[in-house]
Amino acid sequence: MKIKVFVTLKKGVLDPQGQAVQKTLARTGFDEVAGVRIGKYIELDVADGTPSARVEEMCKKLLANTVIEDFRIES
Amino acid sequence: MKFGIVRFPGSNCDDDALDVCARVLAPEGAEGRILWHKDHDLGGVDVVILPGGFSYGDYLRAGAMAAWSPIMREVKAFADRGGWVLAICNGFQIACEAGLLEGALTRNASLRFECRDVHVRVEGRPTPFTQAIPAGRVLKMTIAHAEGRYVHPDVDRLEKEGLVVFRYVTADGRVTPEANPNGSVANIAGVTNARGNVVALMPHPERNVEMLLGEGGEDGRRIFESAIAAAAGVPARVGA
Repeated sequence: MKIKVFVTLKKGVLDPQGQAVQKTLARTGFDEVAGVRIGKYIELDVADGTPSARVEEMCKKLLANTVIEDFRIES
Repeated sequence: MKFGIVRFPGSNCDDDALDVCARVLAPEGAEGRILWHKDHDLGGVDVVILPGGFSYGDYLRAGAMAAWSPIMREVKAFADRGGWVLAICNGFQIACEAGLLEGALTRNASLRFECRDVHVRVEGRPTPFTQAIPAGRVLKMTIAHAEGRYVHPDVDRLEKEGLVVFRYVTADGRVTPEANPNGSVANIAGVTNARGNVVALMPHPERNVEMLLGEGGEDGRRIFESAIAAAAGVPARVGA
C-alpha cells in the first residue's frame, strides 16, 4: 500500500526558499500571494497492514528532522 | 596522536583533513588515517574527524544519510566513552543528524552557497579543540556551505551551559548581523555537547593551516594543535 508523508518546516523556522518563490510569484504578477512555505512529499510503498506507528517511527528517525520539521502521514 | 578521518560517499574535505594530520602537524606528533564509512572499526584512533563535503549528495537533508552509516554506530559509542570528535561543515550536519549534538543546520538565509573567509570568536566551555586557545580569540577561517544556518529550540540554555564554542564576529570581535554569513541563531558557528568531547563548526579549519596558501592564514591550525596539547596534558596556550 501507498503511504504519503508530507514534511514541512516548523512554524517559525525561516524558509528562505519559500520567500524567494514568493518574491518571484509577485514579480510575475501573482502579488496576492502573502507567503510561501516549501516542504517535501514522500511516497512510501509498504506492505499491506504496516502499522502507522511504524511509519511514524520512520518519520522521526529519518524522513523528518523534528528539530526543524513537522510531518503528516496520509494513507 | 592519531586522527581518523571518516570518508563517506561524497566527502570532499577528507584528504585536506588527512593532509593536516599526516603531514602538516606530523612534526608536532600527529598521525592521520582514513576510516571507511562501511567499517565497524575506528582503528584505535584518538580523535575522529567527520569531514566536510556532500555526503550522499545531501539527499533528503544534509547529513541525514551519513548519520546512519555503519561506522557512525562506532563513532557514537566512541563519543559516549568520551572520545574526541571534531565535526567540520558537512560533518557538523552529520553530527546533528546523528544526535551527537543538539540542533540542526538548514538552508542559509541568503539562499546562496556562501564561500569566503569569516571570523569566529572562541568562547564557551573549554573543549579539547579549544582549550589551548585564549577565550575571546578571533580566528579567521574559510566557510563553504549552503546549509549552515544553525537552528536550536532553546538557545538560551545552550548559552547558559557554555555550549556555543564558536561565534561569527567581525574581524575585531563584535557580534553583528553583517558578520553572520548564513542567518544562524545568535551568530552560532560551532557548538559542543554537554560533555565537551564532541565539537563541531561550519568553518573549515583544515583549509587554514599553512601560510603557503596565502591570505587565509593559519588560524585553523590552532584547533588541531589544541587537541594535541590537550592530549599531552599541556595547559599550553598555542598561538598566543
